[in-house]
Order: sequence, then structure tokens, then C-alpha cells
Amino acid sequence: MELSTQPGAFPAPGPEPMLKVENLIVSHGPIEAVHGISFAVDQGRCVSLLGPNGAGKTSTISALMGVARSSGQIAFDGADISDLPVESRVQAGMSVAPEGRRIFSNLSVEENLVLGGATRPDRDGKDADISRWLETFPILGERRDQLAGTLSGGEQQMLAISRALMTRPKILLLDEPSLGLAPKIVTQIFQMIEQLKADGMTILLVEQNATQALRLSDYAYLLNNGRIVAEGTKETLGQSSALMAELTGIA
Amino acid sequence: MEYVAQQVMNALAFGAEYALIALGLAIVFSIMGLVNFAHGEVIAVGGYTMVAFAALALSNPFIVIGGAIAAAVLMSLTLERVAFRPVRYADPTTGLLTAFGVSIILQNVFLLVVSPRPVAVTSLYFLDWPVRLMGVQVSSLQVFEAVTTVLVIIGLMLFLKRTTLGLAMRAASLDFEMVRMVGVRSNRVFAMAFMVSGLLAGLACIFIMARRGSVDPHLGFNPVLKAFVACVVGGFGSLPGAVLGGFLLGAIEVAMLVLLPQEYGGMKDAFVFGIIALVLVWRPDGILSPRTEKGDKI
Ligand SMILES: Nc1ncnc2c1ncn2[C@@H]1O[C@H](COP(=O)(O)OP(=O)(O)O)[C@@H](O)[C@H]1O
Ligand SMILES: [Mg+2]
Repeated sequence: MELSTQPGAFPAPGPEPMLKVENLIVSHGPIEAVHGISFAVDQGRCVSLLGPNGAGKTSTISALMGVARSSGQIAFDGADISDLPVESRVQAGMSVAPEGRRIFSNLSVEENLVLGGATRPDRDGKDADISRWLETFPILGERRDQLAGTLSGGEQQMLAISRALMTRPKILLLDEPSLGLAPKIVTQIFQMIEQLKADGMTILLVEQNATQALRLSDYAYLLNNGRIVAEGTKETLGQSSALMAELTGIA
Repeated sequence: MEYVAQQVMNALAFGAEYALIALGLAIVFSIMGLVNFAHGEVIAVGGYTMVAFAALALSNPFIVIGGAIAAAVLMSLTLERVAFRPVRYADPTTGLLTAFGVSIILQNVFLLVVSPRPVAVTSLYFLDWPVRLMGVQVSSLQVFEAVTTVLVIIGLMLFLKRTTLGLAMRAASLDFEMVRMVGVRSNRVFAMAFMVSGLLAGLACIFIMARRGSVDPHLGFNPVLKAFVACVVGGFGSLPGAVLGGFLLGAIEVAMLVLLPQEYGGMKDAFVFGIIALVLVWRPDGILSPRTEKGDKI
């Protein structure tokens, strides 16, 4: 890791962030979608990545998970994971509820959770977690043996987040969890995220719904055309930036 | 009555063989979109292993059968590692050409190293004797074949339902990247698919060899071609489709043998494929196509 070998370069106050991204460039074939962005997420914090459609949010998440071609440094939990394959990043403690939810529609609700915990060696803990999520979301519990493809959008999102939590991650990446859901369901999903945060989970939240996301974020980055164009806390970002208003629709 | 019962048993036995091989093709296809035409050579490797055992004067049936199946599994795993891993994420045409290439190379290796002619293998004759089943005289081999296939299907279903790797394989047929994003190592999924496929090829090899009593470089070609047709009819990539297609093909073949007048006997395959074509007109993606049957594959 370049940074830690040059201690003088950055006077780092306090401990290292849980996730630190430096100069991340993401390309899809010949198309460069993200042009060198840097951001960080401290342990126990919720940081959001906001921006309009096509800004490069999903590309960033894909690069963090190791499923999109990228360059730059990704430091996670004190180690450089830039060159690790996706499976090793999950082992290291990253987990994602991806855009479009991508639940395993040909598996039952319960099987989705079992597979979500595929890397867990502790059988009992894994079974306990499955029960926990099925109880937390009674609607999922009722449908545990039903094919996940038959769930409604909101239920699928709950399943996708629960599945991501089955790995017992150190950081949870959420890519537009509210996309395409009814307002009532959106509120539920954000309540769930808030609860996770209260429980101490470190969260990187990608959203177009800036109002809701800012409400529970400690810090936010505004992404446009593959670059970070503004950053700050909800107070500084929400009030001052005209750009913010233009890009996210916040008045 | 006895005649009809015997023909039903024939149909089941043929169908079982096609189903075993078709499942082997489908399980690999469902995960990596590869039509593995080298599957036939995996079957042939099992046959040549029996030849090798005979040459070494090893005739213990457990060793012969176990060895042939083990050789098929090893061959299948080796093909995955050496030939198919490099083209894993390539487009389907590249995979198909690779499989054809591997198939041709292996046939020529058999031809050069062993012989272009059939080599007799007598060690499995003991599997075939006449038995009476509910008052009908049938061949024990056919009974073994039908029973083994049923057990294999049950075993495979349990594996796909009850084990995490089995769940991963089912999920991978829809969204492999997401399977990796829950932390499952893709190498394990691919290796398991080829291992199961090799095991199915090994079992099919036992029955083919017991019936034919000889092996030549093209041992697997015809069965795999038939199994391919079974997959297409059943819906390519669907495991229940492969089983259904296999048994359907077996039934149609035997029906044509029985129903066609003597003078049309030589045109049996033409009639069989004609009927298959009609089925495909009715269901272009196959009867249980994963696309028409969105969702569950087994
Ligand atoms: N698989 C892909 N192939 C080619 N271009 C892509 C791909 N995914 C995203 N892009 C392009 O990259 C840019 C950023 O997309 P994305 O990361 O999905 O944005 P967001 O998630 O913020 O809406 C867009 O211009 C999009 O067209
Ligand atoms: Mg997106």
C-alpha cells in the first residue's frame, strides 16, 4: 500500500478508515466510466455515494467487489485488496446487495440465505442468522420455501440485504436499495438500513434518492460523469451546493 | 403383452442411457454455456480403462467398474482444467470449437495409441443375464440401467437441494457473478460441474460397454449426439429437460423400431428425428426450456 509507506505524506488523524479508495478508474471494455475517484469510509459509519443515473455509482461498486476492471488502490481493513479476486474480497469482509437485487430467483427464500452464508464455517451461527432474518422480516419467514422469484420487489430487496448480511460482513455495500419501490416500502428499507447502522455496521450506500440517503449518512460524495464533484456532511452538502440540487433534485 | 412389456423395458433402458449422458451435457451447459462435445471421449476413456485393466489381468468387477468411472471423472476434471478453463468466459462459439477440437484430438490419440479398430472387452458380460420381472422376461442389464438412472437422478436432486455447492450450481445457472459475490469460489463450481458430468459419463460408459462388449475411438460419438438431441428437445440447460428428453428419445426410437414396417427399418433415424423436429416446431426452445419455464431448473 503506497500510503502507509509514506507516513509523512498524509498526516492521518485517528485510525485508518475501514475502506479507502485512491484514484479509482473503472472501465467497461473501451469505455471508462469512472475517472479516478478517491473516497473513504470509516468504521461504523454510513457513507453515501450520490449522483444521477449513469454517474458511475454501480461501476464503482462493481470495482470494489472486484467484478469490473479497474485500476487504483483499494485498501480494506488495513490490507490492499486491489488485486484480489471477488471471492477473496468477500472472505475479507465485503458484501454487497447489488443494483437490481439479483436474488437467486430459481432458489427458495431460505436457500438464498443458505447460499448467502456459503463461506461460513460455523454451522450453528449460520442457522441462527437464517432464523434471525426470517424473523426480522416475517414476510420472508412466511415464504421461506417459496421461490425467491415470486417475491415482490420490496421483499426481494429485503432478501438481497439479508443475503448480503449472511456473510457477516465488515462493510455492507448497498446499490440503490430503494430503486423502483413504492414510497412505503422505501421507508421500510431505509429503516432497516438505519437499524443496521445503529447496530454498528459500516455501510457504503449508493443512492439517487439523496434526501433519504443523506438523512442517515455521516458523510456523502456526489458523483457526476465519473468524477466526484462535491463531498461533505449532510449539512454542508444539503444546504450549500447548487450542483447538489441540480444533480439530485434536492431543493 | 409380454412383447409390449419388453419393448417398454427397451425404451426405458435406451432412455436411461440418453438421460445419463444428456444430464452430463446439461449440467455443464447450464453453468458455463458450453456444449461439451468432448463428453463422448470422456465415455471412451472409461472404455479404454477397461481395456487397460484387462491387459493387466485385473478382472475384479468392482475394480473394473470403479476404475472406469474414476477414469471418466478424472478425464472430465482434466478437460475442465486444461481445455475449458482458458475459454471459461469466452463466447459460446469459442467454447464449442474448443470442445470439438478436444474431441477430435482425443479420438486421434485413441486411434494412434490404441487402435482404430474395436477392442473387445469381456469383463462386463457378467452384468447381463435374463431375469423375470413380474412375469416378463427382460435383461438384467436393462434393469440395472433403469434403476441406476433413477438413483442418480434422486442423488443429483438431493445434492442440488441439500448442499451449499449444489445450491451454488443451481444459482450459477442464472447469475454466476452473483454466486461469486456471496463468496463461492468459481473454480469449485466449475470443477464440481465437470466432476458430476464425468461421473454420469462413467456410469453411461459401464452400460454402453456392457451392451457392446467393445470400445473404439468413436464409442461416445453416437450416444452423445443422441443425448445432445435429447437436451435440445427437453430444453437446453434444463436438467429435468435433459432427463425428459432422454426418455422421450428412447421411447420414440423403440416405438419406431416396433411400428415401422420392415422395409422402412433403415429409415428409423429419419423418422425419429422427424418426430423430434415436430416437437421443436411446437416448442422451439424445448419442452422444459429454462426460458419458457422461467425460474426453477430442478
Ligand atoms: N457493462 C457496461 N458496459 C458498457 N458501459 C457500461 C456498462 N456498465 C455501465 N456502463 C456505462 O458506464 C457509465 C456509468 O454507469 P453506472 O456505473 O451504471 O452508473 P450509475 O450506477 O451511477 O447509474 C454509464 O455511462 C454507463 O453507460
Ligand atoms: Mg447504478
